[in-house]
Amino acid sequence: MIAILDYGFGNIRSAQRAFARHGMNAEITADKERCIEADGLVIPGVGAFAACMDGLDKVGASGIIDARLMANRPTLGICVGMQVLFDTGVEHGITRTGLAQWPGTVARLQAEILPHMGWSEVQSAPHSTLFQGVEQERFYFVHSFGVQEWNMTTSESLKPAQVSWSEYGTPFVAAVENGPLSGTQFHPEKSGDAGATLIENWISTCR
Amino acid sequence: MSKRPAIRIIPCLDVTDGRVVKGVNFTNLVDAGDPVEMAKVYNSEGADEITFLDITASSGARETMVEVVSRCAAEVFIPLTVGGGVRSVEDVDRLLRAGADKVSVNTAAIIRPELINEISERFGSQVLVLSVDARRANTASGFEVTTHGGRESAGIDAMAWIEEGCRRGIGEVLLNSMDADGTRAGYDIEMISLARGYAKVPLIASGGAGALEDFDLAIKAGADALLAASVFHFGTFRIGAVKEYLRNRGHLIR
Repeated sequence: MIAILDYGFGNIRSAQRAFARHGMNAEITADKERCIEADGLVIPGVGAFAACMDGLDKVGASGIIDARLMANRPTLGICVGMQVLFDTGVEHGITRTGLAQWPGTVARLQAEILPHMGWSEVQSAPHSTLFQGVEQERFYFVHSFGVQEWNMTTSESLKPAQVSWSEYGTPFVAAVENGPLSGTQFHPEKSGDAGATLIENWISTCR
Repeated sequence: MSKRPAIRIIPCLDVTDGRVVKGVNFTNLVDAGDPVEMAKVYNSEGADEITFLDITASSGARETMVEVVSRCAAEVFIPLTVGGGVRSVEDVDRLLRAGADKVSVNTAAIIRPELINEISERFGSQVLVLSVDARRANTASGFEVTTHGGRESAGIDAMAWIEEGCRRGIGEVLLNSMDADGTRAGYDIEMISLARGYAKVPLIASGGAGALEDFDLAIKAGADALLAASVFHFGTFRIGAVKEYLRNRGHLIR
């Protein structure tokens, strides 16, 4: 079963339908046990970083994600659902602490026209699982903020994270695959066939 | 890697009482009047987004639209924008919950501009498209905003309205030329070019597409996305052919 975390943000019906296409049940829930035990957990998210964090705190998302990571169960953040996995978000002068699974700051993109809206290319990480078969495809983005620097240090005993990049004004993180914890800045559930393949690739890690 | 997203080609479906209004030439459709069937065809032909414009006046039909949106979101996995008759935060909430990704506001925002702030503060500016029906007039910029399908002047300058919309929190502008609409004589290039300078958000051009060159010219004038209804409905051009043409002209196309 794939759990879609329901904390009041994100177009969760669309996400549910997109994840339910691949032979798995997709359930919208905020139940802690269900979310921890699910084969895969999706964290959707749109709107403001701080507002999303408030909602995530209310459902105890931090504890849910920690428990899943300890059990090596896959979790996928989408759009602001990925952004909140970083240390800090800075929006409209408000600095908010994120779920801090990854180092980095979510800040306004440097571009004249915002939001970055539309189908953009992704420079997928060389050993990416998510982008297998869709390395050359465009994905649908809608956002004004992003992570523009990645500096997670890895030791020899740890597998380095797979980081995929995109560019709008400046380069920004388009996707992260870090063991069981992944995130995409774009919306795979709105990215047509390419998005469906990416979702299928992620679901294959949940089985 | 390109630094810009691809130019979006957006077919628009006029819907009344849950049915597509304009005539459709597609064969092999179970129900050519069903907006969801049409959206599926457009999706398979390479549409980058779909727009439903609810042209029903009666409030009872709003529920029908919500049901259409819900069915569409269950079957078509590209962005869906819904416009027509959106008057309140509650209207937006209902459409987003049904599965719409964006909503467009028009007349209601002209009557009460605060609606823009209310929607963007609640759901984020990325959900909100400001639809501007503009025509040439003796105003500061040379273009004014109209209502009632272009029949009446709203008494405001179109470029000033776009600026105000951006200040209040819109995520995108849909600029419809009421002079060019239905003529198939081409987009209003001068208006698009002017609007590009005022809009700090992505710009969708609409109204007047009749030839392949029209799409090319609108992109050169600064449009980020191109919306068309009749040329796609009547099969004058297939979406794939438009995209192929634009790709050959050197534009970034998905």
